[in-house]
Amino acid sequence: MTDTPVLSVRDLTVEIPTRHGVLRPVDDMSFDIHAGEIMGVVGESGAGKSMTGNAVIGLLDPPARIVSGEVLLSGTPVHKLKGDALRRLRGKRMGMIFQDPQTSLNPLLTVGDQLSETILEHLNVTQQEARKRAIAALEEVGIPAARQRIGSYPHEFSGGMRQRVVIALALCAEPDLVIADEPTTALDVSVQAQIIALLKRLCRDRGVAVMLVTHDMGVIAEAADRVAVMYAGRMAELGPVREVLTNARHPYTAGLMESTPLASQGRKRLRQIPGAMPRLGALPGGCAFSPRCDYAQDRCRQEPGPTLKRCDGRAACWFPLNTAAKEEAKA
Amino acid sequence: MSAIIKVENLTRIFDVSKPWLNRMIERQPKALLTAVSEVSFDVERNSVYALVGESGSGKSTIGKIIVGLVAPSEGTVEVEGVDLASESDADKIDAVRADIQMIFQDPYASLNPRWRVRDIIAEPVAARGGKTAGLAERLLEQVGLSAADAGKYPHEFSGGQRQRICIARALSSEPKIIVCDEPTSALDVSVQSQVLNLMSDLREEFGLTYLFISHDLTVVHHMADMIGVLYLGRLVEEAPRDRLFSAPKHPYTQMLFDAAPRMDAFGREVEPPKGEIPDAINPPSGCAFHPRCPLAIPRCSQERPEMRKIGQTRVACHMAE
Repeated sequence: MTDTPVLSVRDLTVEIPTRHGVLRPVDDMSFDIHAGEIMGVVGESGAGKSMTGNAVIGLLDPPARIVSGEVLLSGTPVHKLKGDALRRLRGKRMGMIFQDPQTSLNPLLTVGDQLSETILEHLNVTQQEARKRAIAALEEVGIPAARQRIGSYPHEFSGGMRQRVVIALALCAEPDLVIADEPTTALDVSVQAQIIALLKRLCRDRGVAVMLVTHDMGVIAEAADRVAVMYAGRMAELGPVREVLTNARHPYTAGLMESTPLASQGRKRLRQIPGAMPRLGALPGGCAFSPRCDYAQDRCRQEPGPTLKRCDGRAACWFPLNTAAKEEAKA
Repeated sequence: MSAIIKVENLTRIFDVSKPWLNRMIERQPKALLTAVSEVSFDVERNSVYALVGESGSGKSTIGKIIVGLVAPSEGTVEVEGVDLASESDADKIDAVRADIQMIFQDPYASLNPRWRVRDIIAEPVAARGGKTAGLAERLLEQVGLSAADAGKYPHEFSGGQRQRICIARALSSEPKIIVCDEPTSALDVSVQSQVLNLMSDLREEFGLTYLFISHDLTVVHHMADMIGVLYLGRLVEEAPRDRLFSAPKHPYTQMLFDAAPRMDAFGREVEPPKGEIPDAINPPSGCAFHPRCPLAIPRCSQERPEMRKIGQTRVACHMAE
């Protein structure tokens, strides 16, 4: 790992002005991703994880906009770029993999044309060279007989193969950062395992930094090096994946882990987190998680939750847990 | 214990051919998709029977055949000794129909947005001319919502609450069997655990039998008593839950278990499974799994394996022992 992180997000806040007031889908997020690292961003629907990914790559749909904070790509500020300058960067230095491979490819162009188009746009190469690179990119993501398949249209591929094409498309201009937004959610278990293995291999071999956005804790456990847990637009917990999953400090992370059925637990009754994620327009006062939190105290209900910086950098909670110590005490 | 649902030799073939004229011009034969192929199993009373499999394995089609939304092409489904497809006595059919209800995957699509919750929940009873006064209110409280919610519309509820409404509707006709087709796939984990706990409670309270259809192995492991694994419309393995998870016999089941992401597998490096689910219109000869199977021998591509009983497990594999 190098010293300058590939992606550095500082105090990022995204706001959406609406008729009923200003919503904050992303509130004061800060994190780094280094080369060759997979950083997981996990949370339930409405937590702001996709919004964070879109803000980083400059794909926010107006009226959503970045109101403060910065996004640095190897030191270059990206959040200020607009129009052509942003477009040149996007695809070249940042790639994006979307959830649904069905809708993220153009059905009227062959996959070869789509790959060559991206390569020609971003790299200074000839038509023949672009085609060669397109075939190489398809081979790299494990599409058999890439030379023949390059003239095929997206509908001629299966879901898993199509997602491979999307990954090839994100990687063909050799970006430093790839944002993968729920890349395996639409896929079957066996294909999901293939795609995760592929992402891990590409990340390791090419030293790409990957931001893996997902709601699946299992995928995070297997793929990510570090993980950020989001709740109601804020970072709840950040740390190495093994630490966070086995020794959760934030009550929300702990609740998530306990409410996921685990094979090792057998038939035991699942822990429930009461209630549901609050809507952005109706965030509770104090810490956003306090109404659902078993450990909430007066301070949690009155003061807004602390930011990560103010705590130990692990859990944004006034009274962080120590799950491992608790388990030991029980034993 | 006795079987409440008996599925025998069930086959369902869908005609997915192009229109006649196109077929004639392009000289193509009819395209027939075998969604379910010779599946037999029994569901015990008051148990949870889970069907697992990947997309295209026919699990939802089996669920729809059992509730009577789709007719079988061959084979029979008997619910409480009545075969809905061949029974001629209307009263018997009616009685059995009221005993089976269904919960669907998407709580956003399975509730009529123009109906009040009260009407949605009471509909299965009202449709038979039963008494509905106070029914919706009582059921709403039973599924953890408040009686005052009966006057609201579905859009006023979150996904987890809507799934509770779907469960209340399924309970209203006092059924014995509930077919749950991916009941928690559209929900977040913290809400999923609420719904799963509720379903377990209701099962004990009302003595329900669940046919639980899911692709999620962790959920199935949590809920099921008996599990049937489907691959390309065929039942490849059936075993009690602990048996299946501790000693999977069919290579496909083993592959599925290995491929499922695990919460305790940090940075696990495993060889991912090879290949993909084949085309159901032209399935492989013999055992449908043989092109992807690490144990395949020539016999596997020629002869379709019969279901064999090994201990408590039933498995369709030549090599399993």
